[in-house]
Amino acid sequence: MSKPLQAPPKKNPQKRTVSPTRPPESRSRASLGLSAAAAEGRFALQHCTECSAIQYPPRDACCACLSTALRWLNTDAKGSILAETTVRTSTKLYFRERSPWRTGTVKLDCGPVIICHLHGDCEQQGRVELINRLDRSGQAVLLALPQTRKPNMEDDPQLRAITSDPKHRRILITDARNPNTVALANALSNAGAALIFVGESESWRPYPAQAELANMTGVEVLPLDVTDTSSVDKLAGEIGGKTDILINNARFIRPGGVLERGDTTFARNEMEVNYLGLMRLAQAFGPAMRSRTADGVNAAVAWVNVLSVHALSNLPAFGCFSASNAAARSLAQSLRAEFRSSGLRVMNVYVGPTEDDWHQPLPPPKVLPQNLARTMVQGLRDGLEEMYCGDVAKDVYERFRDNPNVLERESTLAGEGA
Amino acid sequence: MASRQSYDNVVLTAPYSTPYQRYSINTAHWWIAKALRGSLQQAKLEPKELDGLTVSSFTLFPDSAVGLTQHLGLMPRWLDHIPMGGASGVVAMRRAARAVQCGDADIVACVAGDTNHIDSFRQMLSSFSRFAADASYPYGYGGPNANFALLTDRYMQEYGATREDFGRLCVAQRHNALNNPGAVMKKPLSLDDYLTARPISDPIALFDCVMPCAGSESFLVMREQTAKERGLAYATICGTIERHNAHSEDPIQLRGGWTVDIDELWQMASCQPSDIDLLQTYDDYPVISLMQIEDLGFCDKGAAAEFVRNHDLTIQGDFPHNTSGGQLSAGQAGAAGGFIGLVEAIRQVTNVAGPTQVKNAALAMISGFGMINYDRGVCSSAAIIRAGSL
Repeated sequence: MSKPLQAPPKKNPQKRTVSPTRPPESRSRASLGLSAAAAEGRFALQHCTECSAIQYPPRDACCACLSTALRWLNTDAKGSILAETTVRTSTKLYFRERSPWRTGTVKLDCGPVIICHLHGDCEQQGRVELINRLDRSGQAVLLALPQTRKPNMEDDPQLRAITSDPKHRRILITDARNPNTVALANALSNAGAALIFVGESESWRPYPAQAELANMTGVEVLPLDVTDTSSVDKLAGEIGGKTDILINNARFIRPGGVLERGDTTFARNEMEVNYLGLMRLAQAFGPAMRSRTADGVNAAVAWVNVLSVHALSNLPAFGCFSASNAAARSLAQSLRAEFRSSGLRVMNVYVGPTEDDWHQPLPPPKVLPQNLARTMVQGLRDGLEEMYCGDVAKDVYERFRDNPNVLERESTLAGEGA
Repeated sequence: MASRQSYDNVVLTAPYSTPYQRYSINTAHWWIAKALRGSLQQAKLEPKELDGLTVSSFTLFPDSAVGLTQHLGLMPRWLDHIPMGGASGVVAMRRAARAVQCGDADIVACVAGDTNHIDSFRQMLSSFSRFAADASYPYGYGGPNANFALLTDRYMQEYGATREDFGRLCVAQRHNALNNPGAVMKKPLSLDDYLTARPISDPIALFDCVMPCAGSESFLVMREQTAKERGLAYATICGTIERHNAHSEDPIQLRGGWTVDIDELWQMASCQPSDIDLLQTYDDYPVISLMQIEDLGFCDKGAAAEFVRNHDLTIQGDFPHNTSGGQLSAGQAGAAGGFIGLVEAIRQVTNVAGPTQVKNAALAMISGFGMINYDRGVCSSAAIIRAGSL
C-alpha cells in the first residue's frame, strides 16, 4: 500500500528552490507515436497491417514479416512481471534525485516484452496492467499498476511524478464569472486541492455565483481581468510563486461568422480574452511556474486551457469565436514547447457547446459544468495533455483524426436552400 | 548447409594489452595507436608492412576504421570496423583469419581501444542504441546495470543461484587480477566485501559491476609460415562461431546465441569441455559468465551456480577462468572489453602470460557477448584456440 502523501510544510524562503531536471527526452520518430497516445492517456502499440504482429519497442518495419505498414492501435495492456530491479544510482540527475526507482520487465499477454516503471503496489511476478503516460520530458513512459486498486495508489511517488494530481496543490481559476467556476472549484476541492484562487474581473458588477464563491472554504476570490496587463501582472506578483496549477476558463463568446457581424468589435473582444488573455497570463505566471516544477509535493505541474473543439475545424455558426480559439490552440502549442524544458505540462480541454446563455439556441448534447469539472480533474490525475469533454467534442475529434478535410466539408455545408 | 572450412595455416600472434587507466585525457585514437604499436613491435614489423586492419571502438566518433588509416598512416588492402562490443574480439579474429586464409591480406592487426574521460560513460550511454533510448533509458536510466539487474533477478528466480555464487566468481577474478599489473583493481576482495557492497540496482551491487576505464588490446593474424619465419610464438584457431539476435522468442534472456552453434564448435575443434585448459568468458556481469559456462557446455542449463561452487576459478585452480581478472577486476575499456579474454588467451597458450600464466596451458576457449540493444545482449561469439608449435 502506498504511504498517504502528507501536505507539505510551509516553504522556507531562505532555502534554494530545487532546479528542475528531466528524464531523458531523446526518442526516435517512430516512438513519438507512443507519446502522442500518452498525451491522450491511451495505451497503443504498433500493429503490422499485413501479419498483425504487435511490435515493441516502436520500429519502422515489422520484426515478423518486414512490412513497413505499421499502425498504432489501442492494445490490451495486461501482463505479468518477469523480473524487477530497484535502481539506486543513475548517471541521470533526474533519477539520481529521486532514487530508489523501481522498474521491471513485463510480458504482455498479447506478446511484447516491455521494460517499464513499476508502481510500488505491484507484487513480485504479479499480474499488472500498463498505463501509457507522459513523463516530465514530455515523452511517453509505461507504468505497471496492479490489476486491483489499492488505497492511496495515486500517492505512489513514481506515479505522482508523471501526473498533475491536484492533491495538496494551489490552483488558480482565472474567471469567476464563467458559469463553470463553482463546479470546477468544488471538484478540485474534493480532489484535495490545498487552496483555490479565483480571479474576478470588475468586482463591482454582480454575477450569479458571486456570493457562493465568496463563502466557499478554501477558495480565495482575487481581482483579475485577463484583458488588463497590469491586473494580470499584479495578481502574478502576489500569487505567481504559489500557483501550482493554472486553469484558464476565461472566454468571450458571441455567435456569428464574418458576414453576420457588421464590424470587428466582437472579434476584437474574442481575441482580447481568448487569445491575448492567454498570452498575458502566460507571460505573467509562466516564468514563476516553470521555475517551480521540482519544488516538492506542491511543485508547479500544469497549465490548463479550456478550448472550443471548433478550434480544430471552424463551426461557421460561431465562426469568429472558432477562429479565436484556433489562435489560442496554436498559442497553447507554442506554450507547450516553451514549458517543455521545465516539465510544466499544458493540458487543453476541448469542449463542444456548453450549457450557458450563448449556446441556448443550440440543440443538446451540451457540456454541463460538472461534466467539465469531472473531465478536468481526471485529466490532471492522469497527467494528460489533450482531453475531449462531452459527446460533441469527442465526435468532432474523431472526425478530425479520420480526415480533417472531410470534416471541413461537412462542417461548412450551405444547406438545401432555394 | 555447407560445412565450415577449417582455419588451417592461419595463426594468432603478438598479443598486446596497454595497461588500463581509470580515466584518461587521451583519445581512442591514442589508445588504439598504443596497442597497435605494441603488437607490431613484438612482431618486429613496420606499420607499412601491415596490409589488413580491424578496429573496434565506441569513442572513436566521428571517426571509424577509415579515419584511422589516414590518422595512423596505414595503407591496408583489407579493412573492417566491428562495432559488436563484447563479441568483437572473436568476430574480428574470424573475419581476419578468413581474409588471410584467402589471400586478401597477409598480416591483419585486430585492434580495440577506448578512452574514458570523466562523464564520457554517461555520454556514451545516451547515444548507445535507438531501442535503448526509446525503451530502456527512460526507465530509471540505470544503464547496463539496470538491464543486467533484470536478467540477474530472473536468472536467480529460475535457477536458484544466489549472490554468494556470483560472489565466488568475482572473488576468484580479483585474485587473478592481483597478478595482472595492468588491472585497474589492485585491492583484494573477500566474499564478505562482495556481499556487503553498496547496492546499485537490486540484486546487483558494486562488485557485480565493471569499472569503465581507458585501455586497448591488439593481436595479429597471419599465415603460420610468416609467423615461423619471424620466430613468433603463435596460437592456431580450432574453431569459431558467432550469432546475433538468437532466441528472440524468449521473453527474457536466460541463454545466449552460443547454444545455437555450440555443438558445431566442439565438432570443428575436435575436443570437448574437459579438454579445455582455461576459459575466458565475457564478464560484464557475473550472471553472464554463469550463462556462458552453461551455454558453452561446461555444465547443464541452470547448473552454473553449482559449478562455480565446486570449482576453483583462479589461475592455480582446477578451472582457470578469466585469468587476467576479466573486466570485473581489470576494468572495462569499452570495446577492448571484447578483446581482453582473447588477447589473454593468446598469451596463455603461447606461454607468455607471465604472472597470470596457467601451467601447461595449451587449449583455451574464449567467448564474447555484446550489445544490450534493448532488453538483452544481441551478439554472441566463441572460439577455441590451441598452442602452435614453433
